[in-house]
Amino acid sequence: MTILARDLHIDRPSNVQEAIAARRAHPGSRFIAGGTDLVVSMRHGLSRPGVLIDLSRIEELKGIQFGEQGVRIGAGVTLAALARDAVIAKSYRAVAEAAQTIAGPGHRAMGTVGGNLCLDTRCVYYNQSEWWRHANGFCLKLRGEICHVAPQGRHCHAAFTGDLAPALLALGAEVEIAGAERNRRMPLGELYVEDGRAHLALAEDELLVAVYLPAAPPPSAYAKVRVRGAIDYPLAGVAVALAALDGVVKSLRIGLTGTNSRPFVLAGTEAIVGRPIDENALQQIERLVQKQVQPMRTTIASAHYRRLAAAALARRLVDRLFAGTQ
Amino acid sequence: MLTDRPEPRKRLLRLRLNGRWREDAVAESELLVDYLRDVARLTGVKTGCDGGECGACAVLIDGEAMPACITLAVRCEGRSIETIEGLVEQGRPSRLQRAFHEKLGTQCGFCTPGMIVASEALLRKTPRPSDQEIRAALSGNICRCTGYVKIIESVRTAAEAAP
Ligand SMILES: Cc1cc2nc3c(=O)[nH]c(=O)nc-3n(C[C@H](O)[C@H](O)[C@H](O)COP(=O)(O)OP(=O)(O)OC[C@H]3O[C@@H](n4cnc5c(N)ncnc54)[C@H](O)[C@@H]3O)c2cc1C
Ligand code: SF4
Ligand code: FES
Ligand code: FES
Repeated sequence: MTILARDLHIDRPSNVQEAIAARRAHPGSRFIAGGTDLVVSMRHGLSRPGVLIDLSRIEELKGIQFGEQGVRIGAGVTLAALARDAVIAKSYRAVAEAAQTIAGPGHRAMGTVGGNLCLDTRCVYYNQSEWWRHANGFCLKLRGEICHVAPQGRHCHAAFTGDLAPALLALGAEVEIAGAERNRRMPLGELYVEDGRAHLALAEDELLVAVYLPAAPPPSAYAKVRVRGAIDYPLAGVAVALAALDGVVKSLRIGLTGTNSRPFVLAGTEAIVGRPIDENALQQIERLVQKQVQPMRTTIASAHYRRLAAAALARRLVDRLFAGTQ
Repeated sequence: MLTDRPEPRKRLLRLRLNGRWREDAVAESELLVDYLRDVARLTGVKTGCDGGECGACAVLIDGEAMPACITLAVRCEGRSIETIEGLVEQGRPSRLQRAFHEKLGTQCGFCTPGMIVASEALLRKTPRPSDQEIRAALSGNICRCTGYVKIIESVRTAAEAAP
């Protein structure tokens, strides 16, 4: 029998404001959505909340709505519901493809969009049982003195490995965040910070309410490399959104995950706009990716492999999407 | 590493287990897999990993196969849970259970309850699945014995045996 906590209380607010109030009332509490990340962390002693604030009854977090401005995806929408939505699959393909590659079918039935975007960062020295980490002297991210990946530094390089973020970033998503004072809306990219220990720009009592995607999206696709073909986090994941007209690129955005402590949009793709996708352009994209990803030895696969794999995935997707527009 | 712990806070949990409503006092920290094995004594539910990775603990929650080892029991309030034990039909093995036995879809048997539960969820929605659909439905379940070929054959056989 697994003992999760000495004493645990589960609070079940029925709206966003109650959830935030509960979070403030109980220091050290955590929001729980599907629990597919958090409960595993609790089993490993990575998180020891005394109170869990269950988001599953909050209506404002539910549903996918389409309007003239685009789509609103509630933070509580499950990955399974997102993957099987016909409009998402047709128009926002990268999002459906990313959702479909997350974990196994059971996790997708439980796991949510909000939980996926707020996923903790991962590292081979961190996602281990308590006794394993204890035997290894713990590490900087939690309870330890040094980082086993880069022992000279004072920085944690644990990687962000959520699959949805790069797809949403490539398609220009914004997020709505509720706090005690007010709700704010910002580009999804601003939710993240390049710091394996504190990668979310969210205050403790802030809650992700919904994700917004603009209307009339360009064609898009997502691909990831992983150790096993099923139930596995990305070693590197790439989403591409590419529009072309008259044989030249009109817009190009590339989102990346799995390689850095945050998901991010590749800088410098403007240089490809107005040009056709030829070998030159593909090599330029590969170089941009190789320069900007910062994989560290946080997985069993080598950092060098993940760098090359990210570049190869970007190249393949750009090539395929461009060919599809011709 | 948690020693001399006080008696944890408990709550009354009401759920439908293999077709019957029941109520138990359950600690809010209790995992569904522990509730099923230790309280309800349904030991067909297995624990095969450190949390969420293998599918041995899969049970049906409102008809969907989900890992019981990362599900908090009290979050199943009012829901319908089915385990491998509940899939028996009038005291006899179900089509899937028979097919796994006859087609050698089970060797050591440890992954089998989870495999059958995940297959059951599939066949209820898709009575005539393609091999690709079977593979996708079982992609959250790990088997270290069979090499999967016989498992897929078992599910296919059960589907074909349907009236
Ligand atoms: C074996 C296994 C394999 C996996 N493989 C993948 C994979 O390939 N790709 C991948 O991306 N993920 C993977 N996951 C992780 C996880 O299943 C998914 O990321 C899932 O989407 C998490 O969502 P959840 O609702 O279950 O999150 P939870 O566990 O409920 O929450 C995760 C975190 O987000 C916070 N949170 C949740 N909702 C909100 C909100 N609305 N506002 C603010 N904070 C919030 C929680 O407090 C917690 O810190 C895997 C998990 C397992 C166990
Ligand atoms: S990168 Fe270093 S500090 Fe961060 S989790 Fe890994 S070992 Fe720990
Ligand atoms: S025991 Fe639940 S997934 Fe392995
Ligand atoms: S039969 Fe042994 S693990 Fe599958």
